[in-house]
Amino acid sequence: MGRYVVRRLLQMVPVFFGSTLLIFLMVNVMGDPVAGLCGERQCDPATADQLRREFGLDKPLWQQYATYMGNVFTGDFGTAFNGQQVTELMATAFPVTIRLTAVAVLFEVVVGITLGVLTGLRRGRPVDTTVLLLTLVVISVPTFVTGLLLQLLLGVKWGWVRPSVPPDAGFGELIVPGLVLASVSLAYVTRLTRTSLAENKRSDYVRTAVAKGLPRRRVVTRHLLRNSLIPVVTFIGTDIGALMGGAIVTERIFNIHGVGYQLYQGILRQNTQTVVGFVTVLVLVFLVANLVVDLLYAVLDPRIRYA
Amino acid sequence: MRAVTRARGAACAVAAALAAAGCGGGGSGSGAAGGAVLSSSWGDPQNPLEPANTNEVQGGKVLDMIFRGLKKYDPRTGKATDMLAESIDTKDSRNFTIRVKRGWTFSDGEKVTARSFVDAWNYGASLKHNQKNAYFFGYVDGYDKVHPSSGTQTADTLSGLKVVDDHTFTVRLRQTFSGFPDTLGYAAFAPLPRAFFTDHAAWLRKPVGNGPYTVESYMRGSQMSLRKWDGYPGPDKARNGGVDLKVYTDSNTAYTDLLAGNLDLVDDVPAAQLKNVRSDLGDRYINTPAGIIQTFAFPYYDKAWNKPGAEKVRTGLSMAINRKQITETIFDRTRTPATDWTSPVLGADGGYKPGLCGGACDYDPARAKKLIKEGGGIPGGQVRITYNADTGSHKEWVDAVCNSINNALGDSKACVGNPVGTFADFRNRIGRHRMPGPFRAGWQMDYPLIQNFLQPLYYTDASSNDGKWSNKDFDRLVDQANAETDQARSVRLFQQAEEVVRDHMAAIPLWYQNGSAGYSERLSDVALSPFSVPVYNEIKVS
Repeated sequence: MGRYVVRRLLQMVPVFFGSTLLIFLMVNVMGDPVAGLCGERQCDPATADQLRREFGLDKPLWQQYATYMGNVFTGDFGTAFNGQQVTELMATAFPVTIRLTAVAVLFEVVVGITLGVLTGLRRGRPVDTTVLLLTLVVISVPTFVTGLLLQLLLGVKWGWVRPSVPPDAGFGELIVPGLVLASVSLAYVTRLTRTSLAENKRSDYVRTAVAKGLPRRRVVTRHLLRNSLIPVVTFIGTDIGALMGGAIVTERIFNIHGVGYQLYQGILRQNTQTVVGFVTVLVLVFLVANLVVDLLYAVLDPRIRYA
Repeated sequence: MRAVTRARGAACAVAAALAAAGCGGGGSGSGAAGGAVLSSSWGDPQNPLEPANTNEVQGGKVLDMIFRGLKKYDPRTGKATDMLAESIDTKDSRNFTIRVKRGWTFSDGEKVTARSFVDAWNYGASLKHNQKNAYFFGYVDGYDKVHPSSGTQTADTLSGLKVVDDHTFTVRLRQTFSGFPDTLGYAAFAPLPRAFFTDHAAWLRKPVGNGPYTVESYMRGSQMSLRKWDGYPGPDKARNGGVDLKVYTDSNTAYTDLLAGNLDLVDDVPAAQLKNVRSDLGDRYINTPAGIIQTFAFPYYDKAWNKPGAEKVRTGLSMAINRKQITETIFDRTRTPATDWTSPVLGADGGYKPGLCGGACDYDPARAKKLIKEGGGIPGGQVRITYNADTGSHKEWVDAVCNSINNALGDSKACVGNPVGTFADFRNRIGRHRMPGPFRAGWQMDYPLIQNFLQPLYYTDASSNDGKWSNKDFDRLVDQANAETDQARSVRLFQQAEEVVRDHMAAIPLWYQNGSAGYSERLSDVALSPFSVPVYNEIKVS
């Protein structure tokens, strides 16, 4: 197990450098960020030169990347164009997005797996068909449609919630956005659980457990669910990263000032420091989430531990 | 307001079930002591909030609330009137003596003196402070030493500025500029307190000014709370208790919040909602002209667009654009077809002259076709109109313009849009002179002077002359107009210069842009200034 973890950690190093370098190149290919700083007019050349020098944009690209990476390891992610430290932006953006992601994952786990178990155990029954149809609808409708619709109905027409989330964004205010963000993944979780459960239901060890006269609850939770959850855990694990980075649509609709919003602003203003900084952290989140998933495998299925 | 309370109650009830999250104030501050507070939509300012460094509307909004300068532009007429200026005297339109009124202070108690202005202007002009509006001080003597176009600066202060006594200072310009006093209402010329220079970082976290409002709290990127400053000595005191500016990631969400009763004022009705806005808000929707004009500029550095006879092609293209139809169908009348190169907010006295463009701005497909043929046809056989696709729904109208041109010329390939991903990249290509044809050029005035609509855009090598158009007659007329001390004669000379722009069709005028806003039933006396910024201090909250 120890060697397995070390090997996995070592694998993360090239992935980390490779992906940040790619992002660095991509943002830089778009051209000179200072050009867009002065509104509809051209920056006067002297000021533009000085800004470029200040942000290190006058140096060759490889040098910019080296300096940047060097700074990152000391916790300095540079300065955004509005004069704020990128770490300061992160300190406000990440907690909100993490809360949002937590709400979304909670929905996926609780609602998704419950529905999956319900339908998996009652295959072909009306419950199963209804839920299947519902998930199909959720999957086929784009997130922004669900989001805008819920916002209009719950926020404006019925007045149950506020259509926008205030800056501090507590858990309570994130329920509706979290549900919207989770919706598509939730449908997938339901379907994955259902299929996995239905498959394993027919397996020998479940039949044995039933034959031994174990209570139904125990058969389902200890034997059936534990084995059926492996694909689901994989999915949810990789989804955490996707949710954090991909919350941009949901965050825009509900006015949440999280990671998606900062990334969007960074890209619009072509702010290398912001974009690369946030993506660097997101890459780390992806990597850690994947690591956790792999370790969870080992917990769920001891056979994997020794592989 | 009832709906809001109910909504928050519901949200809190759900929240309590999950994990008792913070559901305290929320922050709309209803019925606070000292007058009611209104909430208004805001966008995250692009630059640090300093008077000489703010060049977009969002930051400008705040500066307009917390600063008052020597002059102020009347929110209705746009005319510059004295604010802190006791008098601005000149004999030759080049040497000005400015007397500052007594009795004004910053909200931290410091007196506003001549030095407050001179120090602020020197700071703004200095190259080492990276102020994006430094060019505003370009008229002042010694600017080339403080802000050289290359190399390092050789002086820290403008030699043209001199403090005479506590409340008097003199300004010497590099050239005659009769309109100079009227530019002094612009935020870049605001006075600054000592605190700005002594503890700059703290000032940026919580700006201190001398306007009708003070900053109570500022959460960067999400909210700024401004409160009425009771000690404000000026005549335009705030008629409300304060304003909470809330950053919205999307103007659609702000609009939805307005409908749901969570927000009092949006000053940017999203294009998608223009169809419903009248039924949603009725007379609580404002749609008034602003000092903004959209044009197509041309790459004059490209020989194909700058050869003799090409003005016929450009005029032909102008005549092939059905402005009326596009402003009605795409913009729902929030734009007005342009018939000159300025803006209606200037008024007739200020230099706006409807119809100056004449037939060249009328839709006339037959003549358009003929003119383009006479001018040697479209360079390369196809017009590629470049625009940035990230903001402002430019794609829709550029496509419509191209359709109009294609229909007029009877050639489905005569015009295509050429989108560029981001505004920064768009500006970048303009700066590097890589435009394959006409490109979108929007101009929002800095101050309501006809000079501001012409000189920065069409004077040889001017700061925003992106197409590098150059014409001796035009330059000469502008120089004459600036030297002219009589306002009316100066305006007439500028209009003659504008006629030169027309005769060469230096840029195709498209439409004047309106400011649009919507507000809740709690508010009254809401108006937009010619800069399309709400006149916050006049708003009453019931």
